[in-house]
Amino acid sequence: MPNDAPEPAGALTYRDAVREALSVALREDPRVFLMGEDIGRYGGSYAVSKGLLATFGPERIRDTPLCESTFVGAGIGAALGGMRPIVEVMTVNFSLLALDQIVNNAATLSHMSGGQISVPLVIRLATGAGRQLGAQHSHSLEGWYAHIPGLRIAAPATLDDARFMLAAALALPDPVLLFEHLYLYNMEGTLTEGLERVDLEHAAVRRTGRDVSLISYGWSLHKCLSAAADLAKEGIEAEVLDLRTLRPLDDAAIMASVRHTRRALIVDEGWRSGSLAAEIATRIVEQAFYELDAPVARLCSAEVPIPYAKHLEDAALPSPQRIAAAVRALLAPSGGG
Amino acid sequence: MTAPAAAALTQAHGLDLLREMMRIRAFEDRCYQLYGQMKIRGFLHLYNGEEAIAAGALSALRAEDAIVATYREHGHALARGIPMNKVMAELFGKQTGCSGGRGGSMHLFDVARKFYGGNAIVAGGLPIAVGLALAQRLRGEAALTACFFGDGAVAEGEFHESLNLAALWKLPVLFLCENNLYAMGTALDRAQAETDIRARAAAYRIDAAAVDAMDVLAVEAAVAHAAQAIRGGGGPAFLEMRTYRFRAHSMFDPQLYRDRAEVEAWQKKGPIITLTTRLKAQGLMSEADYQRLERECNTEVDSAVQFAERSPWEPVSDLERYVYAERRA
Repeated sequence: MPNDAPEPAGALTYRDAVREALSVALREDPRVFLMGEDIGRYGGSYAVSKGLLATFGPERIRDTPLCESTFVGAGIGAALGGMRPIVEVMTVNFSLLALDQIVNNAATLSHMSGGQISVPLVIRLATGAGRQLGAQHSHSLEGWYAHIPGLRIAAPATLDDARFMLAAALALPDPVLLFEHLYLYNMEGTLTEGLERVDLEHAAVRRTGRDVSLISYGWSLHKCLSAAADLAKEGIEAEVLDLRTLRPLDDAAIMASVRHTRRALIVDEGWRSGSLAAEIATRIVEQAFYELDAPVARLCSAEVPIPYAKHLEDAALPSPQRIAAAVRALLAPSGGG
Repeated sequence: MTAPAAAALTQAHGLDLLREMMRIRAFEDRCYQLYGQMKIRGFLHLYNGEEAIAAGALSALRAEDAIVATYREHGHALARGIPMNKVMAELFGKQTGCSGGRGGSMHLFDVARKFYGGNAIVAGGLPIAVGLALAQRLRGEAALTACFFGDGAVAEGEFHESLNLAALWKLPVLFLCENNLYAMGTALDRAQAETDIRARAAAYRIDAAAVDAMDVLAVEAAVAHAAQAIRGGGGPAFLEMRTYRFRAHSMFDPQLYRDRAEVEAWQKKGPIITLTTRLKAQGLMSEADYQRLERECNTEVDSAVQFAERSPWEPVSDLERYVYAERRA
């Protein structure tokens, strides 16, 4: 797992924004501490926590052994014990070793105890493909986790969300999983001036348009924005909706956009079968079927373990070109059917 | 580390420990009947034969110490002080149960009493115990976390990860392995290359001792000793409680994996018989005293059953409550 190359000096990256969010949380709440593999001395596999050990010390920036199940479970226990742990699971791929704790404990304890317990735990995970890391390092399983009642799932895709979603997650008494697509860490930009907080309830329209709704999140959001810019040159105005939270889904925002454009394309790096895209498509059909001018469309990853070779990996993932092509098909006289 | 000898026994204390074991036994014997009457459903794992561990350990621990237990946790819940009414109501699935009827036999909770559940995934409670102990340390509390689990857990990865992390960070965890010789139906020597469980703990540099868990006084003394070491900042400790389960693993177990003679041999040295014999021999209890205890336990169980019978069901309209917390963090 390589460190990414350092960003140019002076630029604010998504990585910087997450790091700033962590610093602020540590400064403002003595109950907050970080725990995970190589987050301290190494500086974090994606360099997100770089420098925090020097500032906050080893009691609050805790390097763990390689034992995902136990350090996630210890995060649950520490949350039960009155702390506000932020656990970094290096990537979603390794979170499979912690599924027992996440699904059997974090998600169930509140309900199973009749509401006596809450688990105010935040888990941060890198997710996604695109770096030629092979099948075992390229999963996009956030949709899986969004299947589980008791968990809250969010995917910060902008610098603002990278900076402020963590505080929103820490303010909730429930377990929250924040999925950070590995392609986003180097993304540069600026924070919205005057912004102080974001919520973990609402989707956000990132580009307005009248012809089709592109519904996405995470890195795929940026592929949608890129496709929308290309489509605009052809006179096609795509609206781009950033889901932000994957559980709960903001049905109202999804339906509002679809009712406005009357066409929907869901773009999701997860596999198509049994996917988050399937869930969203179904909800659109349930709630807005008669307002559609075309069948709901989906663009997901090819149903293969993500391959190493670049041309194969590229072929497996949604791309701006394929998104634009799918939109053109939706808008074709046949209605995409 | 060797388990220290039990201190001299007073009459009051001896009777307290005996009463605790007898009320757990009486509670569960009634549960067995109620299961047959279909008042209790789901899985029901009885602690029959192992009562000395819960009674002795909880007697030696303090109210501020956190408890993490397994799906065979009726005894721990009762010994921790969760009212029998609330435990029985939970087994009935009633609103008045200690988990509001959402947990059942395997998921008893009482956060006010720092009882963090019956966990029904073998070894699943160990990481949580490590985290509770981490919170105790970070918050500067003098409390410790006692984590109960069976010999089956020793085969799980979470056992090894948790022992390592607790030892590495010198956390105040008391690991209490209830070795009843069978992981469901799999005998220890059919599952473990190293059957001396203490050796597994020692590999993580954790002080470990084995205890005759048919002797409640030995259990109590060993736990008190280990707890003292933990409170002194010595990091985690490990006790292998050598015990035996008199009844089946659950209500669906024909017990094909063990001989009747083996069960009977263990029953002869059961924890209640052992203490009863000792108290009588030392002149600390008469047969009349014993019968009075038995009556008291049965009366408590009777009223717990009545309470559970009378209690309301949680309204179905509340089905989806508590999936997410209803109060802010």
